[in-house]
Amino acid sequence: MTDTLDPRVARPKHIGARIPRTEDARLLTGRGRFVDDREPGGLLHVAFRRSDHAHATIRAVDTSAARDIPGVVAVLTADDLEGGLVPLSAQSRMKGYYATPLLALAKGKVRYAGEPVAAVIATSRYLAEDAAALITIDLDLLAPLVDPEAAARSGAVLLHEVAGTNVIVSREFRRGEVEVRMAQATVRVGGRFRIRRKTPCAMENRAYLAEYDEGRDELVIQSASNIPGISRNAIAEALQMPGSRVRVTAPDVGGSFGGKGSVYPEELLVAFAARRLGRPVKWASDRKEDLLSTSNGFDEIIDAEMGFDAEGRILALAADVIGDIGAYSIYPWTAGLEPVQVVSFLPGPYRIDTYRGSVRAVATCKPPMGPYRGVGRPVSTFVTERLIDMAARKLGVDPRDLRRQNLVSDAEQPYKAASGIVWDKSDFIGCLHAACDRIDYDALREKQREIRARGGSFGIGIASYAELTGIGSRISVAPGMPINTGTETAKISIDATGGITAAFGIASHGQGLETTLAQIVADKLGAAFADIRVIHGDSAAVPNATGTYASRSLVLAGGAATLASETLRTKLLSVAAHLLETSADDLIAADGRITIAGTDRSVSFKDLARAVYLEMGRLPPELRDELSASGTYDPVFGTTSAATHIATVSIDTETCEVKIERYVVAEDCGRLVNPMIVDGQVYGGVAQGIGAALTEEVVYSEDGQILSATLADYVIPSTAEVPRMEVVHIETEAPTLGGYRGMGEGGTIGAPAAIANAVADALSPLGIEIHELPLTPERLFRLIREGQLNPAAKAS
Amino acid sequence: MRRVAKDTKARVTLTLNGKKTTGEAESRTLLTDFLRHEIGMTGTHVGCEHGVCGCCTVLIDGVAARACLTLAQAADGRSVETVESLTGLDGKLNPLQEALRDHHALQCGFCTPGILMSFTDFLKRVPDPTVEQVKDVLGGHICRCTGYQGLIDAMMDGAKRLRS
Repeated sequence: MTDTLDPRVARPKHIGARIPRTEDARLLTGRGRFVDDREPGGLLHVAFRRSDHAHATIRAVDTSAARDIPGVVAVLTADDLEGGLVPLSAQSRMKGYYATPLLALAKGKVRYAGEPVAAVIATSRYLAEDAAALITIDLDLLAPLVDPEAAARSGAVLLHEVAGTNVIVSREFRRGEVEVRMAQATVRVGGRFRIRRKTPCAMENRAYLAEYDEGRDELVIQSASNIPGISRNAIAEALQMPGSRVRVTAPDVGGSFGGKGSVYPEELLVAFAARRLGRPVKWASDRKEDLLSTSNGFDEIIDAEMGFDAEGRILALAADVIGDIGAYSIYPWTAGLEPVQVVSFLPGPYRIDTYRGSVRAVATCKPPMGPYRGVGRPVSTFVTERLIDMAARKLGVDPRDLRRQNLVSDAEQPYKAASGIVWDKSDFIGCLHAACDRIDYDALREKQREIRARGGSFGIGIASYAELTGIGSRISVAPGMPINTGTETAKISIDATGGITAAFGIASHGQGLETTLAQIVADKLGAAFADIRVIHGDSAAVPNATGTYASRSLVLAGGAATLASETLRTKLLSVAAHLLETSADDLIAADGRITIAGTDRSVSFKDLARAVYLEMGRLPPELRDELSASGTYDPVFGTTSAATHIATVSIDTETCEVKIERYVVAEDCGRLVNPMIVDGQVYGGVAQGIGAALTEEVVYSEDGQILSATLADYVIPSTAEVPRMEVVHIETEAPTLGGYRGMGEGGTIGAPAAIANAVADALSPLGIEIHELPLTPERLFRLIREGQLNPAAKAS
Repeated sequence: MRRVAKDTKARVTLTLNGKKTTGEAESRTLLTDFLRHEIGMTGTHVGCEHGVCGCCTVLIDGVAARACLTLAQAADGRSVETVESLTGLDGKLNPLQEALRDHHALQCGFCTPGILMSFTDFLKRVPDPTVEQVKDVLGGHICRCTGYQGLIDAMMDGAKRLRS
């Protein structure tokens, strides 16, 4: 790669190394600082009175009893916010889209059970909760909207009357004559698919702490968030303050997976209350509130069909998608984020030139649908990969070979998929082969025949997918969203002591970016790794600090780090050239020292910084410029990441337990900065995909009450469900600066499909197909029972 | 057991990480809230408040317990150890902590203190565990980030480091 050929840069020592993480020491010793760990003097605590009902008109809210409790400082309802908190809404250029208002407290109506109606602010959380329980809400109940299909029908009761419909986004992608091509198909496979609703469920609940400096009119919010910069902009707009007086920082954040990646009513309320009361105000969610109110993920019904010719070539794909987007259009991503992504990615990494995908995003009485690891693509991959396996069975070919035949090859790239996405420089087929080689696919099929001969149930499931990561300014994270998330700035400076500060707009919340970005800066600047302090998760770090989401941070911040480091290194070399009385071309920067190549004559960064800032007369004025540089990187289109997952499962048909025996991922994420961290991201992503496939399901009753309101009911995979995983890396050169591709979400994208295919493969002797996830024991029991009672299906 | 009237506070004295510590608590105050907000020891985390996730695990009289299911008053007169007890004044990681770092057994680090305390108790009783035993104990904790692989490896390696 060209950037390593520069003779003034030492060979990369840090990029590519399994360096232990800088973050770990504090997190292992209880010295991390999470939002709820902070307790400034005079702190007030918020407890919300939330709606008990899914859908109702608010007649009155009686807060008098709550106000009488000693220690209660204020009780706020929607009326109290009037004029002080401007409602926001997630804007989009999508046609026919209705942008629901983002309200801190419900006004006029409640639209899901758990929606905040009033906020009690008191001297302790215990007191605030006592008082909140005394608030009575007088409601006129309306029919709850739980089933998105029913809500989409004309004549359904409306959640947002102004919209005139519950379908608040609809779109269609179309290329070619699907009906004509489908009619020509020799083999057609299809059905109704569904992945049930998920919740991101980070182990740290959401929490916000706002402190207001009245004398300066400055508001500082500490937020358990992965988008502090976007929150800053939103809070500044809602409170009508300039962004320079509002700062949002995300200290240590205990995971997000998308759940902390949107602006929430509680965050706006805390900011408003701190400014109104002139005292620090904190709200830390408990788990029940988290399960009631944090944005949900993946909940679509997909009617899909794929047609093949006799040779196994895909002729056409058609899909109609209904997305259950909950009660509000999530800010700032919009309700289109998740369901539109499903139709955008349904063609997958395959050569499909004829496609029709339509989607309707339907409002229901549930918490808003928001980003959850993988966004749309775990669902699209589940459907497409199921269709491929169903077709392989009908065509009588091996599912691996059918994929091999239809995957877009290197030679065909850049390839414009039928939904408009462009795949470029990614080795889809290489990933398939690498995964098959690692798991010894042919031997596995042999093993399967032996197990089946003994009456056992053993299945092999493959899933191939491609995703867009590190997207730049030409691609919108969400359809039609007027926010540019496609650039990232790094500002690197060396102070008078030789200390190096590298500031970014990203917000690491478990990904180890304090370590990986320091690895890049160390190599590109020639600095000592230990001297670099990485600042992130701070809206004030750089002018446009949005945060970490959409598998963007290493690609964009890594690129920005490279640009800023190179500019700063040039500055350092000219100063060193003067101090060492040589030409800058003869100098090498490494480990915090600049050396004349081939000699032992050198100057340390520390000495150099002293010369620039402190010691008069050592340098001419023109070399005394501050030792800092900024770099802004925009990958413009972003980059393709791809992988193939293979799972093997055995199924106990008596207990309906699915045991994942082996799990292999072969993925192409470009150049690895820290292979240890990359592996960790894959393992964690796959574990969440296993949850999506087997255990996790947000359940609502017919009257819109959540039935999965504890972690005993919403089942996150434990060591019993997650197998040991094997990861193969294919480092294809990426078109991005540094050659990095995003890889934080991929594990979750591939796993549901691979497991669904493995289970279907195991149960194929019973003629069972898998159309719905999660495959809880109950769902599996019904399927197996149906299969056993239905010899006709067995015969086919 | 002591009686504390509703809406009043009573003094709780415990030996926290080897040091006699006193604070005030209502009858309903959870040990997690007492440690975190009354004493200001925030290393113990709260993930679910119903005993499922294991983030809040501490040692009470040397035995792993869920601090979110323990009332502060119930800890009066007893010894409580939290994650802060694992590191000496020099800030050096103990062998188990080192093993977690080396095996990338934490990402966001929120569940980590509880897991460390569970295994501090377990490895004392079972210094040479099998992988199945480690998985079984780890089954009492939810980690949403790591997929458990690094944690299992770290515990096996940490046990070995503690033995030597």
